[in-house]
Parts: sequence; C-alpha cells; structure tokens
Amino acid sequence: MSEHSTDPGTNRAPDLGAVENPVAPTTGTIQVERTAAESGRTSRGAGLMSGAVGRNSGLVLALLAICAVGVATAGDRFASIDTMVTILRLASIVGVVSIGMTFVIIGGGIDLSVGAIVALSSVWATTFATQTMAEDTHWIVMVFVALAVGGACGLVNGVLIAYGNVVPFIMTLAMLAAARGLAEIISERRTQIVNVEGFKDFWTADVVGVPLIVVIFALVSVGGWLLLNRTTFGRRTLAVGGSPEAARLAGINVKRHTTMLYVLVGLLCGLAALMFLARTSTGSSTHGTLLELDAIAAVVIGGTLLTGGRGTIVGTVIGVLIFSTLSIVFVLNNQDSSTQAVAKGLIIVVAVLLQQRLARRSTS
Amino acid sequence: MRGIVKRFPGVLALGGVDLDVRPGEVHCLLGQNGAGKSTLIKVLSASYQPDDGEILWEGQPVTLGTPQAAMKLGISTIYQELDLVPGLSVAENIFLGHELSSAGMSQRGRTNREAAALLARLGHSEISPTREVGRLTPAAQQVVSMARALSQDTRLLVLDEPSAVLDQGEVDNLFRVIHDLTAEGVAVVYISHRLEEIRQIGDRITVLKDGRTVATGLAVADTPTADLIKLMTGRSIEYVFPPRGGQAATFGEPVLEVSDLALEGIFSGVDLKVRAGEIVGLAGLVGAGRSEILETVYGARRPSAGTVKVDGQELRRGSVPAAVKAGLGLAPEERKSQGLLLDQAIYSNITISTLGRFARLGFLDRGEERKRATDVTQSLDVRPAGVERLVRLLSGGNQQKVVLARWLLRECRVLLLDEPTRGVDVGARSEIYAVVRALADSGVAVVVVSSEVEEVLGLADRVLVVREGRVVHEGPAHEIDESRVLDLVMEGSAA
Repeated sequence: MSEHSTDPGTNRAPDLGAVENPVAPTTGTIQVERTAAESGRTSRGAGLMSGAVGRNSGLVLALLAICAVGVATAGDRFASIDTMVTILRLASIVGVVSIGMTFVIIGGGIDLSVGAIVALSSVWATTFATQTMAEDTHWIVMVFVALAVGGACGLVNGVLIAYGNVVPFIMTLAMLAAARGLAEIISERRTQIVNVEGFKDFWTADVVGVPLIVVIFALVSVGGWLLLNRTTFGRRTLAVGGSPEAARLAGINVKRHTTMLYVLVGLLCGLAALMFLARTSTGSSTHGTLLELDAIAAVVIGGTLLTGGRGTIVGTVIGVLIFSTLSIVFVLNNQDSSTQAVAKGLIIVVAVLLQQRLARRSTS
Repeated sequence: MRGIVKRFPGVLALGGVDLDVRPGEVHCLLGQNGAGKSTLIKVLSASYQPDDGEILWEGQPVTLGTPQAAMKLGISTIYQELDLVPGLSVAENIFLGHELSSAGMSQRGRTNREAAALLARLGHSEISPTREVGRLTPAAQQVVSMARALSQDTRLLVLDEPSAVLDQGEVDNLFRVIHDLTAEGVAVVYISHRLEEIRQIGDRITVLKDGRTVATGLAVADTPTADLIKLMTGRSIEYVFPPRGGQAATFGEPVLEVSDLALEGIFSGVDLKVRAGEIVGLAGLVGAGRSEILETVYGARRPSAGTVKVDGQELRRGSVPAAVKAGLGLAPEERKSQGLLLDQAIYSNITISTLGRFARLGFLDRGEERKRATDVTQSLDVRPAGVERLVRLLSGGNQQKVVLARWLLRECRVLLLDEPTRGVDVGARSEIYAVVRALADSGVAVVVVSSEVEEVLGLADRVLVVREGRVVHEGPAHEIDESRVLDLVMEGSAA
C-alpha cells in the first residue's frame, strides 16, 4: 500500500530533474517523499544534502561548466586556491544581500533599494561623529550604526508596503532614490576612510586562511537556509508568498510578516555595508551601485519564483557563485566588463524561460 | 444547443443541456444557484469549450472556438460581473475590440458621436461618451455594456441577471430596450432569479437543475409559478445527510454570539447565536451577503457595527489572528485561492494555523508536525494518503478535507463553512457532511453557508434565510422545506 502510494512521486522525480531542475527546483516535496518512502529513519542530514544537490543539479552543472571554461582558457591561473578565494570574496557581499532578497521575493515582494541601503549604512557608519564615538568607546559602535540604519530603512519599506499598501516595486524604488541621496548628503559625496584600528583589525582578519567576509557569507547562507526550511518564520514566508489571502485566512498576520521580511533584508544590507568597509576600508555613497540587480538576478537564476511562494537558499547561493565565477573567468581572459554583462543577460533570460516552462507545467 | 456537456475536474457542470432560442423572443433561463446557468452561457459565448454536444446557428452546426468567433456570429453576452475597462472612456469601451478607425488612426469624434447615438437609443443620453467608465454607477455601467452589445451586429443577446444592479425605473427602461430589440428580430436569453420579471418580459422558459435541462420551451403565460418551483427543486441526485444532532435541549452552551453585526452597504442587523454541537445554516442567493457575514464574523472584514463573541469574550474587530486565537476557523468560499497553498505539501497546509505548537524558539519539530498531520488526514480519510503530496494534485473533496483537517488539528471552537461542497463530487459530499456532523457532535459550533438550499436544510439544525443583507427567516431546519426557502429568497415572487 505504502509502496503504491509513493510511486507517482518517485516516477515524477526523474523527469522533473531532467528538464526543470536546472533553474527552478520544486519545493522539496519530491526529495522528502523519496526519503520518507525509503525509510522513515533516514538520517536527515544525508537526505538534505542529496536533496539540495539533486534539486539544483542543473545549476551545479552550469557552475561546473563555467569552471571548466575557466580551466580550459586560463589553466592554472584559474585552478588555484587564490582564485577560489577571490571568487568567494567577490560573491560574499552580493551573496549576503541575495539571501535577504530571496526571503523578500519568496514572500511575494521585491526590494530595489538594497544597494542604496548598503551605501547609506556604509556612509553613516563612517561619519566623523560615528568614528569618533567608536574610537572613544569600541569599534562595535560602527556595527550597531550600520545594522540600525539598514534595519530602519527596511522597517520604513516594510511598514509602508504592508500597512500603507504601497506597491513594493514603487516603495523600494523611492527608497533607492532617497537612501542614496541621503548617503550623498551625509558624505558630501566624499569617500570616508575607516580610521578605527580595532574595526580594521577585526574585519580584515582571516579565519583559518579564509577572509572574514567569506566566513560571514557562509554563516548567513547556513542561517538563511535554517530560517527558511526549519522555522515557523520560513514556513510563514512561503505561505504569505504562495497566497497572501489564504495565509491571512489561516490566521497569519500577513502585514506584520511582510514588514519583518523587509527589516530582515535591511539588516543584511547593514551587514553587507560592514563587509564593504572591510573590503575597501571606505564608506561611500557609491557603494553597492546596481547591487539590487545582481541580487535579483542571482535569486531568479537560483530558481526562486518572482511571483513568490517558492524558492531555495541553495539555489540563490549557487546563482551568486555562477555570476562571480563568470566574472573571474572573463577577467582572467582579459575580456571587458561589457562582454560580461551580455553573458549575464543571456543567462538571466534562459533561466527565466525555463522557469516559465515549470510554471506552465505545474498549472496544467 | 443540443446535449451540451461540460466537465470540470471532479465535477460535471453540465450533463446534457438543450436550449433553443428563436429570433425575436425572450427566452428565460431558470434554475437554482449552481444549476449550470452561468456555465451554459459561458459555453454559448465560447468562454468555455463544451466537452460534448453541438451548437446549431440558424440550422448549421458551428464550432465557437473563441469569444471573438461567437461575437462575429452576433452573440453578445453581458455578464453578472461587468467586463468593462474602468480606465477608458464610455465610448472607448463601447468600441473596444472593433475601434472605428481610418488608416490606423482612431476617429475620436466619430466614435463619440456613434456612442452617443447608441446611448440615446438605450434611453440614456445623459451618459457622456467621454466619461471614464470607472466613475459611473453600476447601473450606468450596465447600460454601457448594452451599448457595446448593440454596437456590434447582435443577433443573440445574453443577459445574466441584468436586473441585480438596477432599481425599478432602470429595470423598466431595460425592458423597453429589450422589447425594441426583439421587435427587430434579436433573440434574447434572459437569466434572472426574480420570477415576477420573467412573467413581465419572458416568452418561454427553460429550467435547469443539476446541470441538466428539466423542462424547455415552457410558455411563460401557461406555466404556474408553483410548477416552476417544483421543477427547480426536487433532485435527480439524493445526497446522504448524516442524522441530525439531538433536540435543541441537548446542545451545549452558546459558543458563538453575534449581535447586530453590520457591514456598510452589504448587510445589517445580523444576530446569530450558535451553541456547542449545533449546525446553523445560512441560505440565500449569491450576493445576498451570506459569505460577507461569515467573513465579517471571522474578522476578515471589519464590521461597521455590532459585536462577535466567542465563549462570552468579545473579539477584536477585523482581526483574523484574534479570531483564530479565540477558536474560530473558516473554510472559505474560494477554496483554491483563499483556503489553500496549492503548491505546498498537504502537511504544511494543515499545520499552517498551528505552527507555534510544533516550534521551539521558532524551530519546527518537523517529525512531530508530519506525524500530527498524518494522524488528522487519516482520521478524515484524505486520499491518496501521504502528507507530502502537493495539495494541487488532490480532488476538490480531498482539498476540502485538508482545510477541515487544519481546523480539526487546531481544535477550533467554531467552524465557519462557506460553500463546503462547491467543486466536490457527489460521493465525497456525503463524506464532508459526515465530517461536519462529527465535528459538531464533538462540541464544535458550526455555521454553514451554501447556495444549495437542500444542503443547508439537510445538514443544519437551524436555518437562517438571508435576503439582500437581512435575515428574513429563522427557524429549525426540519420545519421548513426547499420551496418555502426559495420563496423567501426570491422575494415573495410566488403568489
């Protein structure tokens, strides 16, 4: 009986994997069905790993293909530890923001203001006043300022979207303009250099040979995965994005939840601003320019539906890595950034086309 | 139209319908909610494709592949929900899809003049062709829809409950227009719940019931109202209802107390008291305010007056979380869009209202979550088994069971059911009825809204009849029959 009932699931899995998984993994039902069918006591960790890789096999293949191109064209210059670290460092800032963006998009929204919030946070955390206070007390003051500014911007976005019924696209577009403008006013368009030694010492350190910002990216990824897949917050995010009306009638406070999603992405923008300070030793109103596009692109090719309700953190992380690896491959081959932009555009379009196929199939 | 059959997944919406309409006549379509009237006219206007049967047009079989093809033949349909573009002007709406133009440039002057002429012909020259449609009253918008139908060479005009949004003067005017049209040889299919209107305007009547024609071509003048009501009631399919609970004395304390509840412009003065173990039914036409009453009780709409109490505690107005916390549960009318997360697993649909119970510091105990979800799906016999399945893949009846499972798991005190068996096939209906009765027997207070009078009467212990936002009758379900309810609902149309 139980064997019979699991048949459709296991039959469905292979053909989904062949066609659709490259960019649009399903919600994880299939993986769970399989493990549940094989034995109720399969180790959870093992089931998860195979599931995560399985569902994103197309994305992993794409990443490997880009790596293969890198090895073929740049040889040892690509296949080195240094290059790997460079790729990860390049991925880390956009990665942290993309994790936040994944939550917002799964929850049925969009945030165009992430780059501007990063700029404002980086500027506010490096003003003369903030740095003076940090030197008098502790460098952690700068961290608090960056996170507070990011979180506050997210709160404004969230409250006006959820309670003011402003369309997310418009609200965050307004925030994009206003936050970057405010960053320019505060910094008088000057680059502000980080002078607080304690801050620099801590944030530019390596953790067992890995730059701190890469470690932060890893931690945020794991934390994001847990938050989405293991907590009530994550489950409610999927519900709110899947059908706001059904979520509301099931008793979820949709407005409050939506607000929290924008606060979350705001806080991660504050964190990303600190990573900018670590990488460049400066705060600037130009930090994070077009970061919103990179983040949305990574989320979308990672298989998260722009309409909400479905998406994965693993997909987003691989999406970010695809773009950063692509950049390095182009740089190593002395290609200019324009060619790179064209390649990026193509990848996005192909990803979205494949995603639509999935959407059509699941409704028919 | 002959032997038209239309199936939806799990439901036979039309099971062989015949209809013949002659030029110059007003043919009335009569039937209860859910009898298939709307589906039939959607087939006629080619919004739906029939699964079987044929459509003859002037003796020739035709295939209506697209709404455009139907329009080209001269079939114009005016739906209950008006299909106008609110941001465009009156004239632009009238000529939408067949704009007056020369060499690709639209001719605004001519468009406006011709629109004005059409409106004048309908007796509404006061509507300016340049007004924005979104700013018109519903009645005026309907006139614009009519004008749009007239702007094409209409041979068959289908009107779906046109009088619902009109006052008496406007109805008279509508009838005058219909008379003018039929005098020119246009055939009219007229759908209405108001029998007196049908007496006034109709020539012949076709009665639908459960997706079948039960009588066609009855002459209006020779058919007594009692016969019509008899045709509309009386089922070809008998549903099995579980036996009622005990007598009134055996019910528990009042759980849900609603007093003087009102929602501006929709309903007012609704008093409702439901005791533990009791099932109360709300009968009425679509649009009478039944669903709105449930949604307001549930906090999904903010009432303009009145209170809702659960176990004597007054609920915060317009707050679903407060209602759910107090023990209310709703199975909404639009199950797929309002009740379920279709692309998520059964278990997460069931536990979504109880997540806190499975969480420690926000982290879910997923084993326990699945176990409890499995238990409750087994007790409701959701098929196929397996809580990891996507809800989308279930039949309507099993989807409804998933919604019920959610509230069963929550051990809710009050269950509000809006159209609990819409889109549910015949076999599964009885199961749903049994589940609802079992819930009531376990001490839950239940409120059922249904368009199907028989369902309300069969399932409920006590019945409230709602008409135009007011409760017009209240009494034990066994003391009233289907034709009496229909009578009340249709505004004393039966003499």
